[in-house]
Amino acid sequence: MSTLHTINKSPYSNSSLSSCIKVCSTSDAILLLEDGVFGAIKSAPDSVQLQELILLGVRVFAISADIKARGLTEKLMPSVELIDYDSFVQLTIEHRCVQSWY
Amino acid sequence: MKKKLLVISRRAPYGTSLAREALDVTLAASVYDQDIGMLFMDDGVFQLIKNQNPEEITQKNLSATLSALSLYGVDNIYAHKDSLEDRDLKINELIWDDIKILTSEDVKNLLDQQDHLLSF
Repeated sequence: MSTLHTINKSPYSNSSLSSCIKVCSTSDAILLLEDGVFGAIKSAPDSVQLQELILLGVRVFAISADIKARGLTEKLMPSVELIDYDSFVQLTIEHRCVQSWY
Repeated sequence: MKKKLLVISRRAPYGTSLAREALDVTLAASVYDQDIGMLFMDDGVFQLIKNQNPEEITQKNLSATLSALSLYGVDNIYAHKDSLEDRDLKINELIWDDIKILTSEDVKNLLDQQDHLLSF
């Protein structure tokens, strides 16, 4: 009974990640893609709250190609898992629902 | 089989067509006898303000259609408490005074119960 939350907007200019974090259950997962990957930066807005969720068991993923495209590889929170689009598809299968916070 | 369906509406009315589309989907699904609910969150709570007058911007009044939800048997209508408070909206300013107000914790539980989420 879990949800995959997808975020495709930068947390520096949009409140989607913040809203998502408020209602994310510990059995859920969060996927950052497109400009959403800026949320995976160590010092990003909401990074403290995101780390707290990870400690509670929430898995946080980011699309590797989007991270590389933006040159963010060295700036990431260590607990963010980088994945490709095949794994994205797999995640949508593993979770009962997908909530797109576009 | 009946599925539990939740429409999540997070955009203000009139600036984009998303608020209208969320409502159209909800009404359409209700005709097909689905177990449907609607959650207003973030700027979506601005849709709930009384006395909307969009005639001068040549749009249809969204709140008038929202009022039709109960006629279509859609009774599970929710608003996110933090979103209302962040925007300083009080219950008596809303088109319904009996709308179900949910904390973030309540929203977590609501999402957990659904078969499908539709995001607008």
